[in-house]
Amino acid sequence: MAYQNNPPVVNRLAQSLTTACLAVGIILAVIIAGKTSSGAMQFHAFIIIASFLVGIIAIFNLGARINEDGLEASPSGVFYNNTIVKYGVIASAFWGIAGFLVGDVLAWQLAFPVLNFDLPWTNFGRLRPLHTSAVIFAFGGNVLIATSFYVVQRTCKARLAGEIAPWFVFWGYQLFIVLAATGYLLGITQSKEYAEPEWYVDLWLTIVWVVYLLVFLGTLWRRKEPHIYVANWFYLAFIVTVAMLHLVNNASVPVSFVNPKSYSAFSGVQDALTQWWYGHNAVGFFLTAGFLGIMYYFVPKRAERPIYSYRLSIVHFWSLIFLYIWAGPHHLHYTALPDWAQTLGMTFSVMLWMPSWGGMINGLMTLSGAWDKLRTDPVLKMLVVSVAFYGMSTFEGPLMSIKAVNGLSHYTDWTIGHVHSGALGWVAFVSFGALYCLTPWLWNRKGLYSLKLVNIHFWVSTVGILLYICAMWVSGIMQGLMWRAYTDLGFLEYSFVETVAAMQPYFIIRAIGGLLFIIGSLVMVYNLWRTIRGDIADEATPENIDRAIAAQALGE
Amino acid sequence: MTYQEISSFSQSWGLVFLVIMFVAALAYALWPTNKDKFNNAAKSMLDED
Repeated sequence: MAYQNNPPVVNRLAQSLTTACLAVGIILAVIIAGKTSSGAMQFHAFIIIASFLVGIIAIFNLGARINEDGLEASPSGVFYNNTIVKYGVIASAFWGIAGFLVGDVLAWQLAFPVLNFDLPWTNFGRLRPLHTSAVIFAFGGNVLIATSFYVVQRTCKARLAGEIAPWFVFWGYQLFIVLAATGYLLGITQSKEYAEPEWYVDLWLTIVWVVYLLVFLGTLWRRKEPHIYVANWFYLAFIVTVAMLHLVNNASVPVSFVNPKSYSAFSGVQDALTQWWYGHNAVGFFLTAGFLGIMYYFVPKRAERPIYSYRLSIVHFWSLIFLYIWAGPHHLHYTALPDWAQTLGMTFSVMLWMPSWGGMINGLMTLSGAWDKLRTDPVLKMLVVSVAFYGMSTFEGPLMSIKAVNGLSHYTDWTIGHVHSGALGWVAFVSFGALYCLTPWLWNRKGLYSLKLVNIHFWVSTVGILLYICAMWVSGIMQGLMWRAYTDLGFLEYSFVETVAAMQPYFIIRAIGGLLFIIGSLVMVYNLWRTIRGDIADEATPENIDRAIAAQALGE
Repeated sequence: MTYQEISSFSQSWGLVFLVIMFVAALAYALWPTNKDKFNNAAKSMLDED
């Protein structure tokens, strides 16, 4: 298809249609701003009006800019859309730091409650969803959008479908984040974990997500490679499943068109099961399948070796997605949920161990014959350790889903530790690895500003993660054991507040671990910024390190 | 359809469905004629782009 190799142009019709849609949105927002009795919703309406106005200007500006830019084709003759991935890299770094910071503030608040400041906006209850949404959806989501846009173009040898649509996805998603985050601080929430935004923000995300799906499918449709590379399967499963989860779990009836409050379509145990079907698959498809897409592209690319077994990657994919979707009920052990459903959730969680470890082995073994690269390339080291953490937390997860273990671990800090070994060790590390790869590739630099700094980031953050998860193991298991301790007379041995007091030292260790993790990511941001500026520190390249090692060996 | 009927249907035929899907995925992955296609896919992503 010849059009692929021509420089891109912005379609006039698309420009007018998008503008018309945004204009309708502005009119709706003006009506809501005028009629609503909720100050927070009015504030959101104003944000929407302002960003849609900027959007309309940007749409026309985009046409002018693309036609002016001296676009260069890649070696295989494709005009890739790199600009949007660059924006994604910067947005990921920005939201990452923001989300980690809020998380550490929460950690200190738990250790020293005075840090709640007795204000509604800085209260733990409002900041907690801010942290979880910022790290999962703002940081993780931006990393996934950016890397998926990069990977689908490269593995299909085709430019991203549409000119306006990808930008709509990117900025629309940022708007979703801002609406969700400000909503939490102002007290708007539907109280569903990882799905806190209210109905109108959910509707906006639905529109953005459908366009994201269309852009991704459109690019696959244009591909020049006969086979769709496996990383894209994982990305596609992530996009499609998140759409399905979002639509079902957020089915609700608003009080009125101008009121932020809504009521869920489900009630009682059905509501709980729907929520945890959503919640666990947010982990399975957002935080796992999507990031496995990153693993299947960036690990082979960085190691310069094909994936260890492509066949295993196919079995990994199909068994992972067919098992994950049933694991949710393990969040509802010993509740009103029917016993057979609890057992089903547990069984599927235990079975998940197999595809998870199959995937881990596939990622790690990609380095077989090239293990020496771990010595010279700290970026690859970060990617490999992320895969090891993936293996660790996907072993811990099935273990914790077993009813007898869950009886001890549920509602304790062990769960928090488990989540963070997955989130910091796997999701964040694989994302950092991808950002370290993407920055020099996108800005056409020979390499990163400094590999030494990557190494420092790696060690500072790894120590931070270990402090975090070890503290939570000890405090969580202690908490669980204290809760179930009985005296000779059959009374509970400890009051709740005694368990809290016993955990305080571990809260402090956790907060220090989090602080180290943030320091590491600030080192990364500095390194990426210097790389973008085009600076190169004198140490750096793997070749230099190889040479230094060789010189040392010869000298001895 | 009662709750009992739906749950016993899904508890039995669900297993059959999932086993069939797994066998299908395994067959697709291991089918000899797919071997070259998969090898090419694994290698071509390492191209200069």
